[in-house]
Amino acid sequence: MLEEHEVQVLVEKILGFSRATQTEVLFFGTDRSLTRFANNYIHQHVAETNRSVSVRAVLGNRIGVASTNKLDDASLRDVVNRALTIASVQPENPEFKSLPGPQPITPVQGYNEHTAAFGPEERAQGVKVVVDRAREKGYESAGAFETLVQQTAVANSLGVFAHQRSTEAEFHAVVMADADGSGYVQRVSMDASSFDFDAMATEAVEKAQKSRNPSELPVGEYRVVLDSYAVGEMLQYLAFMGLSALAVQEERSFMNGHFGEQIVSQDVSIYDDAFDPNGLPMAFDFEGVPKQRLAMIDRGVARAVPYDSFTANREGKENTGHALPAPNTFGPYPVNLLMAAGDASREDLFQGIERGVYVTRFHYCNMVHPVKTLFTGMTRDGTFLIEHGELVRPVKNFRFTQSILETLGAVEAISRHRVQVRDYTTVVAPAIRSGKFTFTGLTDH
Amino acid sequence: MQDLANTALNIALQLGASYADVRVMERTVESIAVKNGRVDALSSSVDSGFNVRVIVNGAWGFASSARLDLKEAQHIAAQAVSIAKASALVGGKPPRLSPLPPQRGTYVTPLKRDPFTVPLEEKVGLLLRADEAMRSVKGVSIATGNMEFGREQKLFASSEGSIVEQTLYDSGAAITAEAVGEGEIQQRSYPNSFGRQAGTAGYEFVEAMNLPEHGQRIGEEAVKLLTAKQCPSGIMTIILDGPQTALQIHESCGHPIELDRVLGMEAGFVGKSFLTTDKLGTNFRYGSDAVNIVADATTPGGLGTFGWDDEGVPAQRTDIVKAGIFSGYLMSRDTAPDLGLVSNGCVRADSWNRLPMIRMTNVSLVPGIWKLEDLIADTADGLYLCTNRSWSIDDRRLNFQFGTEIGWEIKNGKLGAMLKNCTYTGITPQFWGSCDAVCDDWVVWGTPNCGKGEPMQVMRTGHGAAPARFRNVQVGVGKWGE
Repeated sequence: MLEEHEVQVLVEKILGFSRATQTEVLFFGTDRSLTRFANNYIHQHVAETNRSVSVRAVLGNRIGVASTNKLDDASLRDVVNRALTIASVQPENPEFKSLPGPQPITPVQGYNEHTAAFGPEERAQGVKVVVDRAREKGYESAGAFETLVQQTAVANSLGVFAHQRSTEAEFHAVVMADADGSGYVQRVSMDASSFDFDAMATEAVEKAQKSRNPSELPVGEYRVVLDSYAVGEMLQYLAFMGLSALAVQEERSFMNGHFGEQIVSQDVSIYDDAFDPNGLPMAFDFEGVPKQRLAMIDRGVARAVPYDSFTANREGKENTGHALPAPNTFGPYPVNLLMAAGDASREDLFQGIERGVYVTRFHYCNMVHPVKTLFTGMTRDGTFLIEHGELVRPVKNFRFTQSILETLGAVEAISRHRVQVRDYTTVVAPAIRSGKFTFTGLTDH
Repeated sequence: MQDLANTALNIALQLGASYADVRVMERTVESIAVKNGRVDALSSSVDSGFNVRVIVNGAWGFASSARLDLKEAQHIAAQAVSIAKASALVGGKPPRLSPLPPQRGTYVTPLKRDPFTVPLEEKVGLLLRADEAMRSVKGVSIATGNMEFGREQKLFASSEGSIVEQTLYDSGAAITAEAVGEGEIQQRSYPNSFGRQAGTAGYEFVEAMNLPEHGQRIGEEAVKLLTAKQCPSGIMTIILDGPQTALQIHESCGHPIELDRVLGMEAGFVGKSFLTTDKLGTNFRYGSDAVNIVADATTPGGLGTFGWDDEGVPAQRTDIVKAGIFSGYLMSRDTAPDLGLVSNGCVRADSWNRLPMIRMTNVSLVPGIWKLEDLIADTADGLYLCTNRSWSIDDRRLNFQFGTEIGWEIKNGKLGAMLKNCTYTGITPQFWGSCDAVCDDWVVWGTPNCGKGEPMQVMRTGHGAAPARFRNVQVGVGKWGE
């Protein structure tokens, strides 16, 4: 990693090369290592060191973006010139007003020395704990352990300079007892040394053991308990489907026409909070704008969506600090997504269910219809029948096709314990009990 | 670059590697997006670096860096060796590599017009004309157009004496019109959805699409879809168009024939495969007699076309399904020996900082003899489903569900009413077993966004496909509130 002042010198040098009306420089430094295991041994083990810069040049209201990971002066001049050339050949975009100006940024603690110092042997030792526990049972384990050190800096010609070092550690494992019985565990944290590999092995191995020899359950609508892994992925897809000012401005969000209305159960609050220590804290967005806590769905009511500088200027709204790196056709996004915890214990979640289904996690979800919040996917790694408030037996995996808002509208209980899960993005999610979830298919083969 | 590669190989061998290879790679990408008459994003990126892959003490190690100098080559080679030694702490099966004679040579994608020399104004202008054509239709809310061009220069060198250099070009584009109604959003794309139709070719590939000529048609279809009939639910005959057949091949054939997945190497992430090794050479019926599938890295213009794979194995063609019988896998040098076979050259990495792994080349359905109009005329009652909108498949690649942008009823051999929100679902071998006709208008469709591996890699793959007919398929899945 470079020192902060070295990054500042670098980005100021790049700004100095530019003759654009406004110029933004985004710097990324990445040290990523990943230990991957399958069939109870490490089969892929990789490390990456990279530094890159991205330049956004503004000529009037025309924008060009160019990037490089070559940091010599000639390459830096070239990347600026490419951004300027790109900006110069396009028509005016009157909706673009300006890059953001400087604002005070409150630093956050998103960096952990233990994670930064983790080496290949330490990752291998962590993997070995889970592999050995699987071997003891005669089971098969597979998964990955990643440690990431990221350095992010944003500077622009209006005076913005923001810099942060952050760390991230992620471990996940699938333990397979046989062809149909498997268990899963995942943990995400800025601190790799916080991982309890024994506890993670226990979670995955015990669920694998319990899910052997599943029987078939008819498709249809069930009351469900969705564990945090499933809830986290569902919330991620809800965000993809419309928790963005761009989607609202283009009238393609499920939030359109419903602000101020109750759209899900009053027990459900979904928010973005880059300062929450349960997540991965970040002080600013990719335009150098300070992050704001944003209650998007508050006690069931549609309240707000995230903004970046383009969407905020277009509508005359406040920029909430949710820009993605330029060029960004996706629009602003809640990268620090959380669902508020409830007060239910794990046992409480199952209470009162005469006949229902417990789902550990989903697999390969995809949007079917974003306005109707319909998504599809499979259950995986531990699906069980619930009867009289108890898990009674494992069942074969289902395909589901379900409206997310309908499921969140029928939430009956929310766990007080939350887990940070990662798919394409990270989400801090509780487990929930919901009265509505439709399973639409079985694997008859 | 060869100095850097030689330095890294020598250090790796000195430190105890029994095998080592080095890839030096630079990828340049130009990307253009327009929306509603304006440039939405225009960018140019250059990404370069190298990696060292080693086997030490019977385990793999891999390290990579963006710094291209001899000192860094020594450092990264040593880091790869130390990582391999750490891998060995957990034990396991030592890798065996299938034999490969030393490879030498160069390969450059054949092209007529280098996309990086075409003026930006020309490319932006083409997209804006198509955008204007889409927005000429009343009711089109969002018109988007995309182009992307890539140039990948790479050198591969191994401790076995291979040195190959390649320059691969890819070009692609597409347009999409969206219409928004009360609680409804519909879209139509041309020539394909999700950003672009792409191939290893020059700008001539994009010019041949005639994007502006199709803008008005897809705009009109998007608007009509808002009030179209909801796709019915039931067991029906369906005809898939070429792009949807291509994605069907990708998800339900291309992925389950990856031998690393079959052998459990992806089990911790995306899962395994129903095409277990006991099904090879035992007349396992994957599909009907009409189904013939090949993996061919030599297909002209295919997005999965190259000279050598990223282990230095020459591009080649492999039978995957012959007259419905499962016949072959996509393999690497360290998986093929498990079956007593040699690699058929299917290993690629999407970047200098990613581990090469088994990826689809051009996995294609061999064309049949039917004309599409004859096939529709031959169908008494069914649906014609076009252009992918949604996809999902289980962790053994058996249970899939797809949605398409548009559909039409087929009644008594003629296309009838337009249908919206079309979905169909099935089980892979049953579905391909129900295929009774494949058309002859074969196109190599590009899938430029195939995700696999950890850290995630996004690879460019190709799929030759033509419209095909399937019997007894479940359509119209889910509650649609109508």
